[in-house]
Amino acid sequence: MNEVTKPRTEFRYVSKKRRVKEDKRFVTGRGKFAADINLPGTLHVAMVSSPYACAEIKSINADEALALPGVHYVLTGEELSQHINPLLSGLDLPDVKRLPLAQGRARYAGEWVAAVVAESRHIAEDAVELVEIDYESLDYVIDPEEALKPGAPLVHPENGSNVFFNRKWVWGEVEKDFAAAPHTLAFRARWSRCSTIPIETFAVTAAWDDGKDQLDVWASIQMPKYPEQIARALRIPVNAVNVHFDIDVGGSYGLKRGIRQTVIVSYLTRKLRRPVRFIEDRLENLSGGEMHGPDRIFHMQIAFDNDGIMSSLKIKATDDCGCYPGRAPLQLGKPVSAIVGPYRIGSAEYEATSVSTNKTSQEAVRGFGQGPTNFAIETAVDKVARSLGLDRDEVRRRNLIRSDEFPWRIPSGSDYDSGDYHAVLTKVMEAAKWDAIHARRDALRKDGKLAGVGIATCLEPSGGNSSFEPLFNLKNDTTTWMESCLIKVDMLGTVTVSIGTSTAGQGHETLVSTVVGEELQRDPDTIRAIHAESLMALPSNSPVGSRMAIMLGGAASGAAKKIRDQVMAIAAHNFQLPVDRLVYEGGDVSVEGDPQKTMTWTQLVDIAHRKYHEMPLGSEPGLQASFIWEVPTGGALPAADGTVQMYPCYSFEAHIPLIAIDPDTGQVEILEYYIGHDCGTVINPDIVRGMTLGGIAHAIGAALYEKFEYDDETGQHLSGSFMDYLLPSSHEVPPITMVKHYTPSPLTPMGQKGSGESGYLGGAAAIASAVNDALAPLGKEITTLPMRVRDLEKLLNGD
Amino acid sequence: MSEHKITVCVNGNDMSGHAEARLTLVDFLRDVLGLTGTHIGCEHGVCGACSVIMDDKPVRSCLMYAVQADGHDVTTVEGLEADDGTMSPLQDAFWENHALQCGYCTPGMLIAGHALLSYNLSPTDEEIRHAIGGNLCRCTGYQQIVEAVRMAAEKIRGETS
Repeated sequence: MNEVTKPRTEFRYVSKKRRVKEDKRFVTGRGKFAADINLPGTLHVAMVSSPYACAEIKSINADEALALPGVHYVLTGEELSQHINPLLSGLDLPDVKRLPLAQGRARYAGEWVAAVVAESRHIAEDAVELVEIDYESLDYVIDPEEALKPGAPLVHPENGSNVFFNRKWVWGEVEKDFAAAPHTLAFRARWSRCSTIPIETFAVTAAWDDGKDQLDVWASIQMPKYPEQIARALRIPVNAVNVHFDIDVGGSYGLKRGIRQTVIVSYLTRKLRRPVRFIEDRLENLSGGEMHGPDRIFHMQIAFDNDGIMSSLKIKATDDCGCYPGRAPLQLGKPVSAIVGPYRIGSAEYEATSVSTNKTSQEAVRGFGQGPTNFAIETAVDKVARSLGLDRDEVRRRNLIRSDEFPWRIPSGSDYDSGDYHAVLTKVMEAAKWDAIHARRDALRKDGKLAGVGIATCLEPSGGNSSFEPLFNLKNDTTTWMESCLIKVDMLGTVTVSIGTSTAGQGHETLVSTVVGEELQRDPDTIRAIHAESLMALPSNSPVGSRMAIMLGGAASGAAKKIRDQVMAIAAHNFQLPVDRLVYEGGDVSVEGDPQKTMTWTQLVDIAHRKYHEMPLGSEPGLQASFIWEVPTGGALPAADGTVQMYPCYSFEAHIPLIAIDPDTGQVEILEYYIGHDCGTVINPDIVRGMTLGGIAHAIGAALYEKFEYDDETGQHLSGSFMDYLLPSSHEVPPITMVKHYTPSPLTPMGQKGSGESGYLGGAAAIASAVNDALAPLGKEITTLPMRVRDLEKLLNGD
Repeated sequence: MSEHKITVCVNGNDMSGHAEARLTLVDFLRDVLGLTGTHIGCEHGVCGACSVIMDDKPVRSCLMYAVQADGHDVTTVEGLEADDGTMSPLQDAFWENHALQCGYCTPGMLIAGHALLSYNLSPTDEEIRHAIGGNLCRCTGYQQIVEAVRMAAEKIRGETS
């Protein structure tokens, strides 16, 4: 199935405007979210959080809390740690144990140290106030560069260092290329701790069934291997864990990884023999939960010639992981898959460091580290242009990989599958009227505004290969990263497609019904897509890494082709003709050149289900098929030098915003925004457009507003509400013009690539580019995100 | 904590229940009346996910106590459909324009849009953006929502079939 075939371009249902199946239940208030699960007898949890950045937990006295009517239990980290296994880490750090509740020592302000269980959430919150904890405050470190200095307080003394991960890769003749280059430049860039916080917090209910010895879980989860992780932690068999993947997830964008919360309520339901539910409030969510994203310092160096042709790149990325490793450090790994961006840069050096501090642990965020890296690379490209007095678009055009050069192997070992970067850039420049947009900028400048046009050209590696796991942890030899689909055609001929994961707005039901409809030539509106419970589900790696259009789409395609083959075999048997003499049309099968001889879908399905005497000898009764697809080009471990084929498919995006900055206040207003986008064949245009526009909104937040702020002095987290952590509203996100281009991938059944991270991956870089274009006439620049009002005001007007 | 019996006219039906004095209106709607269409996002009045219409005005049901709604009219997302289950033009336009993804902010957005259209059937895009300015969406970037409200207004005015 990994063979390269000529991509299909003609479709019946794919790429056509179709209403999104899932939307009906959401616009009528009938979605089923985790917080809507309220089983009879449910108990409710509230967390007791540490007020210290680092402290020894000397004692916990829950007597007064337990005496409050309605309180059932107070679970401490000490108790929980004796009954569970530590949670999985993405790195090989045996001395760093991550537990759902702190045991012995709390390592960040907001870390959960105890869970109170009561008849209602109100009572549980009341009781939280009554839990007495004796802490001894310890030294802590908040700044990641301070954490790397000798003598810094150790977040995990048993680890012996605050470094979770450090490795440097050199791909190609980096030093030689730098020595030979007429020009080099170096700079520092900062992507601050922010994320794609959803409007729904994490919520989970667990119910232990003593009769079945089974744990049922309803959660707003988006995480690979969730049932396995629950089972491992609780030391129960995976086949005793049933996750209800039909729960609608109220946004995730990578973040909904509530394994700690799940282990807590799962332990409690087994202990207390009642269903137990935990719904984070926003403070628990922002300070103690999984909401923090990449927090990265870049030291960039780039080598280039007089024409702006870039030959080599050195990236030193130091990422503040926060307290526990989880999968967060691997977010330094995904950028290896596109380490030179969309450019013909021949060699690269990459040093990745993950450092621990006394902050909330970082989790996976849309793009898995690619957005920050794209921002750093694009900033470098703008600087090359500015240093040579060349236009920024021209430098890009000179360096972009050309459409006839694919597949293109980058220095770190990945092949880019396909693309026409120049065409997309041209289209978006035409949409923005490149000359006219600069005229509009200049008119604003004449009016006394600071105004700037931005540009960014970036890649979205898609398909969710996991090769960064073995790259970052030599003990991890995982190379399988499959997705599955099961199709059942019932006796009356309707089609049901089963997928083994939950959905957080990506429209997977629409995706599979469209793809299966295309392959079977059946109306997608008649096809039902369901989310199987985990005990019924085939293996899935969940919707991460911009992979579902590719991987779930590929699995659905493969399963549908098997159904079609079975239908054809039944027809061939009954016509007593070879399959290649038959024509499949809309589910009916005719003899080629003799349309009178037709067996209908209904007849063929009926034979499959009821008439074994008309079935080919030895065939399986009924009409069902499953298909499990390994990620295309995947399946190999990295080489010793770290070269590895990572993601199979590469989507491309080119952004052009026009912004104005109020010179007195530093307020940025985005006046116009254009994006050119190419993710190969689009399965559903509304879904791709929605994800891209939404991704740009996230990027606007990352570029201008959003930051998890800490007080260096006290170690306190200062962004525990949406008053302090600002999200863009309809006033901050402008109307966006999107132009499409379609370069199919040769690696997928319909030429599709990923788009789940689109917009986000280049938006922040583009806005930064525009802000710096606005600042350029003043001889000023800024390479730290977010570029908040106060930051720009200070830059413009001094303290 | 004192408990109160209250009656709220929800979606045209008088509904009674017991509410602790500190119970918020959104918890009353969701947990006492079982109307889970209204969602909780931030519980501090910023995100707008919990918006409902009370006496013709959109309000944050997380910032109100249930007892304050005693004797008032409340419309939730469950009340936007016609009695026969036909979607309102706004709901239909949200679906047509894919003005959502995860669906979590959607009830609040529909309420904000519905409130706008109750007094302005020819809103400009600027007015629509203002009307939904207190409702946060993390999926869409808002543009599709603006398009949906505009389309619904056109439909209600009878300009499109």
